[in-house]
Amino acid sequence: MQAETKNNDQEVKHAQFSEFVSFTVAGQAFCLKITQIREIRRWSPVTILPHAPSDVLGVMNLRGAVIPIYDLSARFGLQTTEASERNVVIVVSSAGKPVGLLAESVSEIISINPEEIQETPPVDSRNTMEYIQGIISHDDTMVRIINLDAVISVPEQVL
Amino acid sequence: MSGSIQDTFFEECEELLEATDEGLSAIEGGDHDPEVVNAVFRAVHSIKGGAGAFGLNELVAFAHRFETVFDEVRANRMELTDPLVQLLLRSCDHLYNLVAVARDGGETDQEHHDMLIEALDKYIPEEEEDLTFEPMGLGGPMDIGAIDLPGIATEETYQIHFRPLKDMYSTGNEPIFLFQALKDMGTLEVTLDDSELPGFDAIDPEEVYLSWNLVLTTSEPRSSVEAVFEFVEGLCELSIDGDGDADADAAALAALEAAFGSAPAEAPPEAEPTVMVEETPAAPFEQPAPAPAPEAVPEVAGKQASAPKAETAKSEQRGPNPTLRVDLERADRLINAVGELIINHSMLAQQIANLDVADVRDVETELEGFKNLARDIQEGVMSIRAQPVKPLFQRMARIVREASSATDKSCKLVTEGENTEVDKTVIERLADPLTHILRNAVDHGVEKPEDRIAAGKDKVGEIRLSASHRSGSVCIEVRDDGAGVNRPRVKQIAIEKGLIPENAELTDSEIDNLLFLPGFSTAKEVSKLSGRGVGMDVVKNAVTGLGGRINISSNPGKGSTFTIILPLTLAVMDGMVVSVADQTMVVPITSIVETMRGNDDMINNLGADGTLLSIRGSFVPICDVAGALGLRKEDSDQPPGVYLLVETETGQRSALAVDDIHDQRQVVIKSLDGVCGEIAGVAAATILGDGKIAMILDPESILAASPAAAFDTERRMSNAS
Repeated sequence: MQAETKNNDQEVKHAQFSEFVSFTVAGQAFCLKITQIREIRRWSPVTILPHAPSDVLGVMNLRGAVIPIYDLSARFGLQTTEASERNVVIVVSSAGKPVGLLAESVSEIISINPEEIQETPPVDSRNTMEYIQGIISHDDTMVRIINLDAVISVPEQVL
Repeated sequence: MSGSIQDTFFEECEELLEATDEGLSAIEGGDHDPEVVNAVFRAVHSIKGGAGAFGLNELVAFAHRFETVFDEVRANRMELTDPLVQLLLRSCDHLYNLVAVARDGGETDQEHHDMLIEALDKYIPEEEEDLTFEPMGLGGPMDIGAIDLPGIATEETYQIHFRPLKDMYSTGNEPIFLFQALKDMGTLEVTLDDSELPGFDAIDPEEVYLSWNLVLTTSEPRSSVEAVFEFVEGLCELSIDGDGDADADAAALAALEAAFGSAPAEAPPEAEPTVMVEETPAAPFEQPAPAPAPEAVPEVAGKQASAPKAETAKSEQRGPNPTLRVDLERADRLINAVGELIINHSMLAQQIANLDVADVRDVETELEGFKNLARDIQEGVMSIRAQPVKPLFQRMARIVREASSATDKSCKLVTEGENTEVDKTVIERLADPLTHILRNAVDHGVEKPEDRIAAGKDKVGEIRLSASHRSGSVCIEVRDDGAGVNRPRVKQIAIEKGLIPENAELTDSEIDNLLFLPGFSTAKEVSKLSGRGVGMDVVKNAVTGLGGRINISSNPGKGSTFTIILPLTLAVMDGMVVSVADQTMVVPITSIVETMRGNDDMINNLGADGTLLSIRGSFVPICDVAGALGLRKEDSDQPPGVYLLVETETGQRSALAVDDIHDQRQVVIKSLDGVCGEIAGVAAATILGDGKIAMILDPESILAASPAAAFDTERRMSNAS
């Protein structure tokens, strides 16, 4: 009886595991919940938006829809990315609107127990802090969980 | 369910009101054709009937008064005098309001309501009793007879031949109820005609073999008798012969029979046909079958579609074309899909051109066919969205009437080209700016009657509203014959409000265009009508928001003209594909006057940075597009090679410098709303044949954003101070 309960507990815990896609931006590891991602595409040249801030790369044609592409690295206050064929665009959806995020490369899918997520320790890097929800340790490296809403909502105010 | 029926009712109301409006306008214009009068009567009656079913008492009561007065006219008991027509027109406007109140909630202008009712009552004969209105149930033929005018109270005998068709039974109608209703009106003799009944072995239980001959003696008017059969119109063969009015109605009867005879064959049973019968107050919407309705009446109102094109020339003249009511979203989806198809075609064409195959001529021929077909589909789909501006113009007639009575001026609106078709969205979004312009025309444009007479003009001001197609765009013009723009006053106000410096020197056209500046209003005091703090700048924004332009020209003492130029559609446009700083961009063809390849001889420097392009002896400032968009790197020295000559609203010419022109083609407009905020110089985006996105430029805003424009304003300011 007792064993069964324990088993159930484990199942419940297992169900709470969520999957994240990890990728690198300017050499650092970041991740997004897999349910936030619509698709991952290879980088192709975008159309430049005049007068756009440096972290807005431009717009891209996604099957007939015009979607904006943001440079995650520039958004995080790291160096701007010289995009090339090796880079990827992660298409996420925010409030039904697709948005593309440029990343260096996609690494893997990781399962994370929510309990393992640690709060972001305070550091003096405001730009980055705003966009990070928490951090986790995976294979002895630190993976930063992106606060998608913050990443997507800010540029429109800037524009 | 009741919600959707009610929605349908309001949709129908809209159409019926338009029909009423149209009829009354025709009457106002001197057309006293009985068929026009009847059309109006029918429409109002239908509104009343429907409103009654939903228990909209206020609407019913008002429509009833309207109808009663009109019935007097119809019966030739009352002359259509000018004041009466005006009253009817105002009443029609009020009906619009009442319907709007019933639909959207809100308050009726009680004072206005009572005033109109009182005025209408004056025309209503004394014996008309004031009726109370209960929401009409769905059972049995409603007692229309009681609502209709009693008419001449002499007894008459009607010979009625009534032969139901199969459809009448299948929709749940029962002759006995009709006979009972007739019996209530007087003495009725019923004779069954079973001559068509076959032998028992040949009988088809679903078929109809019986008909009846009825002799009715009643004091009720003919219309009441006909009203009994209202619900089975088109579902039976019917003839009503009165002994008194037989001659007078012979024509009507012929029409009636012809219509009834042809109806069942043309219209499917579920779309209940509505036959326009002379003198019959037909209710051409939702006629609920008295008994259990066989099937829910479909949402797509078939009524309109099914009004049979009867052989009656008269009703054909007034009857609407068969139409289909479709959800706007469906049409839009189709339009988007066609847009993709066109993009897809250009991609395909490009891929084929890139193929390394010796002979692609056959493929190209086929591809050309494909392109033509795609264009056809596109035009077809676009025409679904295109609608005549007529309803909009009719609404404007109301605005002018209301505005005139509010300002104690007399104005008439003359419309031209009301069959010009424009995209539905454009029409919808044009309503507000047009309303504003017309109110302004009445309030500020047209002078007071005494002033007009003093100026030697007709007492009644004329406002002309016209629509026409002009080379790929729609031109809407509002012209009044008023005093024109009071330029000294306009200038003075602009100075008072700090919009221009005190001693600015402006041309006449520049002064006229001051009206479009934000926060400008010339009304001395805030009048009831215009001058609510919203100025013509709102109009201008609305028009530019539609991709259009607005212009004003004025002739002191003679009047002013507002010209609105709009694109035919918001989804597709013709553009010139150019390259600017390695980016492909599209410039709307409509804004380009001329294109030319420049050489050094044509470029003249003016000052350190200013350059002018000489074209056939005149000099035009050059605006570097790449620079204006912030795309060209500072050190780039290579001068752009191609110039697009554009003309702004104010008639000023500029040359846009681009690197190269590639193509001229139709592009599908993709809005950048929600992708990013407003970008100076960019109107929208489009997807090119290679799948890339190109910005669609807005020359007007490029020029406005250019340093030269900023300097120009600065210079004017400093000149003045």
